[in-house]
Amino acid sequence: MNTREPDAAGKIEERVLAKIIVVTSGKGGVGKTTSSAAIGTGLALRGFKTAIIDFDVGLRNLDLIMGCERRVVYDFVNVINKEATLKQALIKDKRTPNLFILPASQTRDKDALSQEGVQAVLNELSRDFDYIVCDSPAGIEKGAQMALYYADIAIVVTNPEVSSVRDSDRILGILQSKTRRVEAGEEPVEEHLLLTRYNPTRVLAGEMLSVQDVEDILVIPLLGVIPESEAVLKASNQGTPVILDQETEAGQAYSDAVARLLGEKVEHRFLEVQKKSFLKRLLGGK
Amino acid sequence: MNQLSFQLKGSVVTAIVLELYRYSRTQFSGELAGKVRQAPMFFQQTPVVISLEKLETDPSKIDFAEVIALCREFGLRPMAFKGAPPECVAALEATGLVLIPAGQVGRAVVPESPSVAPPEPPSVAEPEIVVRTVVEERLVQRPSKVITRPIRSGQQVYAEGCDLIVMAAVSEGAEILADGHIHVYGALRGRALAGVRGDDTARIFCQSLEAELVSVAGNFKLSDSLRELGWKAPAQVYLQDDTLHVVAL
Repeated sequence: MNTREPDAAGKIEERVLAKIIVVTSGKGGVGKTTSSAAIGTGLALRGFKTAIIDFDVGLRNLDLIMGCERRVVYDFVNVINKEATLKQALIKDKRTPNLFILPASQTRDKDALSQEGVQAVLNELSRDFDYIVCDSPAGIEKGAQMALYYADIAIVVTNPEVSSVRDSDRILGILQSKTRRVEAGEEPVEEHLLLTRYNPTRVLAGEMLSVQDVEDILVIPLLGVIPESEAVLKASNQGTPVILDQETEAGQAYSDAVARLLGEKVEHRFLEVQKKSFLKRLLGGK
Repeated sequence: MNQLSFQLKGSVVTAIVLELYRYSRTQFSGELAGKVRQAPMFFQQTPVVISLEKLETDPSKIDFAEVIALCREFGLRPMAFKGAPPECVAALEATGLVLIPAGQVGRAVVPESPSVAPPEPPSVAEPEIVVRTVVEERLVQRPSKVITRPIRSGQQVYAEGCDLIVMAAVSEGAEILADGHIHVYGALRGRALAGVRGDDTARIFCQSLEAELVSVAGNFKLSDSLRELGWKAPAQVYLQDDTLHVVAL
């Protein structure tokens, strides 16, 4: 049905069910929703049928970042409560083929998420999607635990500062103890570190933790480093996933991260302070 | 996941040992009644091992079924005979209790409290038996607990009755505890407590000391004082003369 990477095609045939990716962090405001939108879009651009689910019931944001807020009719909680079918609630992205969004309910709270309900929705989606991206709410309470429970892959979004790193460490502990895979005695959840809001200049000045510092503490593979960029804020406000803007460093960094997620070897970029050329400095380029 | 209906495990059971020196029915029953009166609740349903190691009366003249019956009458629950003289093994086996060989276990004798002495005035005929309370402890070797994945903030690992070996880092905000030694072959950034049940010979060994707290048998040091004693270097922590020592490895 879709055009896929030749090497990925074989894998997909073997695995009938979708891979469930949770984007989580513990701490709020580190870029979970931005990253969910970017990575979900990136997977869809590669030809994988992808659904992004907003688990932040009561604090819906994904629809804004994806620019589909005016098209929300039914939501995740409606589907769980069987007030709407999955087909009715899924919003097809207008820009990217193969991409669907399942928005959260703004009028409910996390208690509306029942384990059986979430499982039923994920099971139904698994049948005809390749990837399901679960955008976790902040915290370690019910909403966050529900978002990561069924995960096969976890992307832990971390900012280069101590409180974010500690919260990520905490969420990694929960990933090792409170997931379906652990309870079923299967292979543990695959863990990836996504470092966002990275600013090499501030790292050099000692105001920010370096990639090395964060890796030393968390000891999980590095999926990508997203440089701090005005483009991210701009994209969010416009409701366009930043990955679609390949002119920007952040967009390129997310593309690299998606490639690594699919098993490709890609060098890390944007880790060093870029020297401005004489001409650029003269013109006051940023 | 586990299909087994049971599991066999080594264990330590604390029991009272009743060391019998001399025996006559009336004397035994009278003294036992006196003991039980002192602490009636303590003796209810208490498992008892009857030790014959120091028996002076000819064992062939003792009706052991009667001894058991008397014990039960006062709420004790005899479970075994210890150090049975060879000539009366058959008679003891007939009672249905377990026979434990003498001197098989190391034991700690609880010092006799003054109340243990019989309450009768000394003018009365010399007491024929003395009941001593002896707490027996058996050391069962348990395999060390080995952890290969990082211990994350908020996680707690306790190695009960054994050593703890961690082959990865222990994060800030994590807590590791062991009744024995603790070894950490990654950075130790969380809290490590060795000898938590009071073993003051327990030690902590780590590859990189960056801990929030280290403790041996309740004596602890916080990161502020550790920073002056080999921070981020291989170190061991042990207790000597009630002082916690942190020494580079």
